[in-house]
Amino acid sequence: MTSILKITDLHVATPEGKEILRGVNLEIKRGEVHALMGPNGSGKSTLGYAIMGHPGYEVTKGTITLDGQDVLAMEPNQRARAGIFLAFQRPMAIPGVKMADFLRHATTNVRRPDRKEGEELIPMREFRKELTDKMTQLRMDKEFARRYVNEGFSGGEMKRAEILQLAMLRPKFAILDETDSGLDVDAVRLASQSIADIGGREMGILIITHHEHLLEHNRPDYTHVILGGRIVETGGPELAVELHKQGYDRIRAAHPMAAADEAAMKEQSTETIAAH
Amino acid sequence: MATDVISKPHDGIGEINKYDFRTESKYVFKARKGIDAEIVAQISDMKGEPAWMREFRLKSLEIFNSKPTPTWGGGINLNFQDIYYYLKPTDHQGKTWDDVPEEIKKTFDRLGIPEAEKKFLAGVKAQFESEVVYGSLQEELGKQGVIFTDTDTAVREYPDLVREYFAKIIPPTDNKFAALNSAVWSGGSFIYVPKGVKIDFPLQAYFRINAENMGQFERTLIIVDEGAEVHYVEGCTAPMYTTESLHSAVVEVIVKKHARCRYTTIQNWANNIYNLVTKRAVAYEGALMEWIDGNLGSRLTMKYPAVYMMEPGARGEILSIAFSSAGQHQDAGAKVVHCAPNTSSRIISKSISKNGGRSSYRGLVKVERGARKSKSSVVCDALILDPASRSDTYPYIEVDEQDVSIGHEASVSRIGEEQLFYLTSRGLSEAEASTMIVNGFIEPLIKELPMEYAVEMNRLIELQMEGSVG
Repeated sequence: MTSILKITDLHVATPEGKEILRGVNLEIKRGEVHALMGPNGSGKSTLGYAIMGHPGYEVTKGTITLDGQDVLAMEPNQRARAGIFLAFQRPMAIPGVKMADFLRHATTNVRRPDRKEGEELIPMREFRKELTDKMTQLRMDKEFARRYVNEGFSGGEMKRAEILQLAMLRPKFAILDETDSGLDVDAVRLASQSIADIGGREMGILIITHHEHLLEHNRPDYTHVILGGRIVETGGPELAVELHKQGYDRIRAAHPMAAADEAAMKEQSTETIAAH
Repeated sequence: MATDVISKPHDGIGEINKYDFRTESKYVFKARKGIDAEIVAQISDMKGEPAWMREFRLKSLEIFNSKPTPTWGGGINLNFQDIYYYLKPTDHQGKTWDDVPEEIKKTFDRLGIPEAEKKFLAGVKAQFESEVVYGSLQEELGKQGVIFTDTDTAVREYPDLVREYFAKIIPPTDNKFAALNSAVWSGGSFIYVPKGVKIDFPLQAYFRINAENMGQFERTLIIVDEGAEVHYVEGCTAPMYTTESLHSAVVEVIVKKHARCRYTTIQNWANNIYNLVTKRAVAYEGALMEWIDGNLGSRLTMKYPAVYMMEPGARGEILSIAFSSAGQHQDAGAKVVHCAPNTSSRIISKSISKNGGRSSYRGLVKVERGARKSKSSVVCDALILDPASRSDTYPYIEVDEQDVSIGHEASVSRIGEEQLFYLTSRGLSEAEASTMIVNGFIEPLIKELPMEYAVEMNRLIELQMEGSVG
């Protein structure tokens, strides 16, 4: 049976009560690539965080299920162990923690979801070999494994580190949150190629992006457009091309209510910024 | 009475406090509780000491009695008359491992010492109670003229050498607890490294307290002669008791011209122990003194390893880690005194507070007049794990010279929600994620430790972190 990640009527708000998602519906099957596009502030990243369980985003309504299991009832680490992965747009630096140590813990936990804290990790030799293989495949310098997690990484290095984690954890579903942002065209191509190389096709992928380059090697089966906290249109790969070339004016005109919500959300966030 | 439990600490998991055990000890001699001239004289008699040491002890007692208990730092609430000051566990000291009484071996086993010992057995001096019961000096050390023994033995066998340096760096008048140690001291290590001799493996000592209400007052004296090098490592663990206990050591180090000394300590005291230690080194021309100091546990630790840079080109480095949890206060720091031109010092301090624990950094940078072109840099970082915990910084800087460069940086951080989310989104439990962040925080110091201590330190941190998160 093919795994399905199903999002139904999802409403998400910040702790201050600001509603960001207003009824998102989305169904991703394992093996499918979905692109999620939309203007800034339309709720793309929020969707990724909500699926992964970020404590700063409150689900006020709706459901997320993975093969019928209630994802919303799970802690973030249980979601990871259930096979969900989020590649962060801005990954956190963890000073003093080596990539290899971090990845060994992560990989062990995800592969042995019932592992209790303090139990054995994947044997060092076995893990090292696999990590080295994956890094070679991704054309990453071996030195990378000894560096501290995301500390002093360039934008490109951070994104590649996320892809390396994706490669090691081999989730059922991956959400790539603007894995292309801050990268030049060549770096985006490399990232795109890498995702395909590590077997992206075996996962269900949700690619959140502004650009079409990331989609080059990962041609989407579906393209969704999010506006004002709702998915307003779904199409094929051609929709991604159109949005990239022509922007969102047509979408706004076709969905005046969502466009109004978008404008309202923007104003709200401007106020929030001003208030700080 | 022996309470069981606890597999070897290196098995790692399960118990909140792995040191909550004790083994039965057979004492050959146990002085009565309390401190007065009679007891001090008795200690000296038991040891068969020369008259000068006996007088030194009695004079130190007077100084101790005349000084008030310090009121700064943390609250010291001790009844000095309710403490045993001297216990002698066995008749004579073991010569080889086979001679070490089974009882004591068992204690070592419980402490998980063998792991480090396997490799360095030859270099280990272990102090059980107040007396060194097991010691094995590497033969080649002896051949090179290196002396590595307990301080009691040194007083008997190397009286001139001891007398020349003993209490010269830290006189009994220095502070109340240095005076107390001077009056009742017992055990500790004595090391002399002759000119030009470089010892390329760490000399190690383990010790612990194992009698209720017994203070441990070891006295360590290290002399590194011109151009010589030594790394001394002490690790302490203590079993847990319900009544107060006091540990008050004095450590003096003399680092002569172009010599180097590194002194590494990892201490993990039981929660009821007052750990009040005076550590000081003098470094002469071109010499380097390094203190690496890890403090876990105890009710109150007050410890500020010091380096006095006496001649041009001397250097001092102090790296310290403090970890405080519920009911614990770590008042730790460092002291550097620049007495000559072109001297340099570096202090790196990292503290972690959790479950209502309190960590304070207390440091002094002093530059005397004429110590031109001296450099000092201080970095202290604090990590606070929950709102109930506390961290304070008390940096004192006294500079009597214009032409100097002094840097001080301090940071306080909390484990961020975003960092935790990032790690937990990769399958780590919240506790595992916190432990990882803490271990990362102290990594810059951990990597300075010998391998087996680094491993032990990380395990101690893991134990400390257990159950710390919801």
